[in-house]
Amino acid sequence: MSAQPAARSAHSVLRTVDLCMAFGGLKVTQDINLALVPGARHALIGPNGAGKTTLVNQLTGVLRPSSGSIWLAGEDITALRPDQRVRRGLARTFQINTLFPQLTPLEAVANAICEREREHLSLLQRRLFALSERREQIDEAYVLLERLNLGPDCLRETRELAYGKQRLLEMALALAVRPRVLLLDEPAAGVPEGESDELFAVLAELPDDIAILLIEHDMSLVFRFADCITVLAGGAELVTGTPAEIAADARVREVYLGKAGHA
Amino acid sequence: MATILFDGIAYGMLLFLISVGLSVTLGMMGFINLAHGVFAMIGGYLLVTFTGKAGLSFFLALPLIFLATAAFSLVLEGSLYRQLYRSTHLKQVLLTVGIILVAVAAATYAFGPAQQPVQLPEVLAGQVVVLGAELSRYKLFLIAVGIAVTLALVFGLERTRFGARIRASVDRQSTAEAMGIHVGRVFQLTLAIGSGLAGLGGALGVNILGLDPHFPLKTLVYFLLVVVVGGAGSIPGTLLAAMVLGIADTAGKYYLPEVGAFIIYAAMIALLLAFPHGLLGRRRLA
Amino acid sequence: MKEPPVIPRELLGAPPYLHVLRRRERWGKGEIVFWIALVAVFFLFPKNLLLASQILIAGLFALSLDLILGYAGIVTLGHAAFFGLGAYTAGLITKVGVHDPLLGLVAAGAVAAAAGWLTSPLVLRSNDLGRLMITLGIAMLLYEVANRATEITGGVDGLQGVEVGLVLGLFRFDLLGRTAYLYVLAVTFALFLLVRALMLSPYGLSLRCIRENNRRAQAVGVPIRSRLTNIYTLSALLAGVAGALLTQTTQFVGIEVLGFQRSADLLIMLIVGGTASLYGGFVGAAVFMLAQDRLANLSPVYWLFWLGLLLIVVTLYLDGGVVGGLKRLAAWWERRR
Repeated sequence: MSAQPAARSAHSVLRTVDLCMAFGGLKVTQDINLALVPGARHALIGPNGAGKTTLVNQLTGVLRPSSGSIWLAGEDITALRPDQRVRRGLARTFQINTLFPQLTPLEAVANAICEREREHLSLLQRRLFALSERREQIDEAYVLLERLNLGPDCLRETRELAYGKQRLLEMALALAVRPRVLLLDEPAAGVPEGESDELFAVLAELPDDIAILLIEHDMSLVFRFADCITVLAGGAELVTGTPAEIAADARVREVYLGKAGHA
Repeated sequence: MATILFDGIAYGMLLFLISVGLSVTLGMMGFINLAHGVFAMIGGYLLVTFTGKAGLSFFLALPLIFLATAAFSLVLEGSLYRQLYRSTHLKQVLLTVGIILVAVAAATYAFGPAQQPVQLPEVLAGQVVVLGAELSRYKLFLIAVGIAVTLALVFGLERTRFGARIRASVDRQSTAEAMGIHVGRVFQLTLAIGSGLAGLGGALGVNILGLDPHFPLKTLVYFLLVVVVGGAGSIPGTLLAAMVLGIADTAGKYYLPEVGAFIIYAAMIALLLAFPHGLLGRRRLA
Repeated sequence: MKEPPVIPRELLGAPPYLHVLRRRERWGKGEIVFWIALVAVFFLFPKNLLLASQILIAGLFALSLDLILGYAGIVTLGHAAFFGLGAYTAGLITKVGVHDPLLGLVAAGAVAAAAGWLTSPLVLRSNDLGRLMITLGIAMLLYEVANRATEITGGVDGLQGVEVGLVLGLFRFDLLGRTAYLYVLAVTFALFLLVRALMLSPYGLSLRCIRENNRRAQAVGVPIRSRLTNIYTLSALLAGVAGALLTQTTQFVGIEVLGFQRSADLLIMLIVGGTASLYGGFVGAAVFMLAQDRLANLSPVYWLFWLGLLLIVVTLYLDGGVVGGLKRLAAWWERRR
């Protein structure tokens, strides 16, 4: 294994221990040991089919790993359902926009916030009183949308929004949950190269205490954003290091067949 | 005991003949066709008409019924089903329930509400003695037809190119299309064959399953049960499920007549819980 | 130039997005007209009150199905199971000496809700086809049970001689159905208010999220299984109350309350009326039962035929049923102004 950064200390907010996943005879995840500290800016890269999205699905609870464990802030969450993990502060965005077509961004984000605040609301407030009574939560939703430049569009149906705006809404939904750990699955997917600047600005503005795991193919974004990069190949961890180390690593280049740009 | 097994297998063969088409098309297109029983009913009424008014021989009528029902299914597919392939299951359910209602009304109008008997040809009537047991000739014939059809299907699927296309389309529609297989056409032909078989089954089953205008409704549960328990898209699964159901139902009616249908429904619920993907566990990808 | 809308005092200073949300939650003009019309029916059609009660009951039943079909996307062919359970409970409870109709409703609702809660894991675990089978199977199972247990249920002949007491100790069920109609209307309205409030609350929003995108809802922390379980239970409760109302107003329980025909008719009513609109069930029930009243007696064959045809046409061409069509009409009218 290559030199491990301080991330392997006991203060990691998200950690996997020997995570393995196999579909029949096909091993898609092999002994992954990942660790994120609070405030991490960690990127996960690798050629197509390396098992990146599968790993995210295991982290969020959509897929059950064959063996190994996942720890969130010192708690073993391997057996928890996806929504239970969200309540403990693990959020994600999807590679393909996974939104609520007929709902407005305001409703979508307000829903996420009300869900988050479940314990602080009474039964009547949650089930019987109208949504518009939840002034605090709706205001918070609007503020969040404004920060992501979705203010003017917050009352239009999601399916009417432009692709780029929908991508931002993906982010908004993940942030509404007030996560401790944020998993971003190819946020730049489908965004034309010229527009990725706006995306980067949004990423740069993300709160410092959130740990972020970024999965991306857009190398310029990765190298600008990450302070630590893990390269995945064939479901296994090839190497982990700083951007400079990764850029210099011959094995990484090999794995990408010599391409330095988009894989 | 042996007779119950024998009768159960014959009944199971009938269920298989009718249900296999539904299983494959469901597995291929994910299209919930509740009106599949209508094809069987058509087969039954065609038999009544062909051997009655038209005076055709029983054996000549059978292939004609197969072709006629297959042709009718193509009409239905082109005009109605095709519009809902990518639609929700709810809409498919509604459409096909509507078709059932229209079919029931039409059948009542054309043939009246009573059961229709069919005169069996001389050669198939009566019993034959096999290994000391008296077995109905007609049921032997049924089992023979069932085995022949099964062999033909298996051979067709495994050995012919068209069969390979069907298997590919059932396995993963999007990849099949990407490989140049015209899934729509494969589906049409498969639907036609499946419906033709259903018509055949319906015709052969007139004296066993009964034939009246409410046939598609009364038998809906049975066909769905066979398909769901056997696993949509799996021919061996459908055969196995049909056999199990046929024998269980026959045995149930004989040994526990008071409980009757109760057992079937309870068993179905239990089986569905234990095997959500069918008895043979064949998982439909995508 | 339109007059700017008058802003209610408590919203002065509130941001515009709140106005939009509030507007959706306010009682629409159409809604108010609808309920007033229902009261008016009592005075305008004194001779048809029994039919009117039946329509309301069917509407409530359809509303219960809308909860799971329109809001949660669960396709079921066996909702009559809960309707029948409620009907039989209300009937049988009078046989053991409890004649108060409201208590009967409570009992019926409780039994149906319990059944819903117990069967919800089966229903929620499966895919669409499995769900159809299981719901169908459960309904047919109950039908068989009712069929066989003739000493208790009366079998195919039905449960006769259901004696219902006075509503609130004051109002007797009369032969013209006057008490029955007002009773059904009151109960239906009360339950409707509950459902309406529920759907407009954060809970209702989360249900819509589940329906729009199950995966995403889960990814923002919505506990899917538990939400769907309790909406399914509520749906069963409402269906049970509807069944009880039928028993109490007709003093009889026929075995067809558990039959497939009832489940199928219900589905048709809801689809024709329009799903996820709360009113679609009532509209569809009215259309269906009025048509059935006129046509089915002329010729049952024609009725079935046209019903099937209607279903095919509505499914293929009329998305959202009658209410959906009306909404589109209203939107088109708004754009023209």
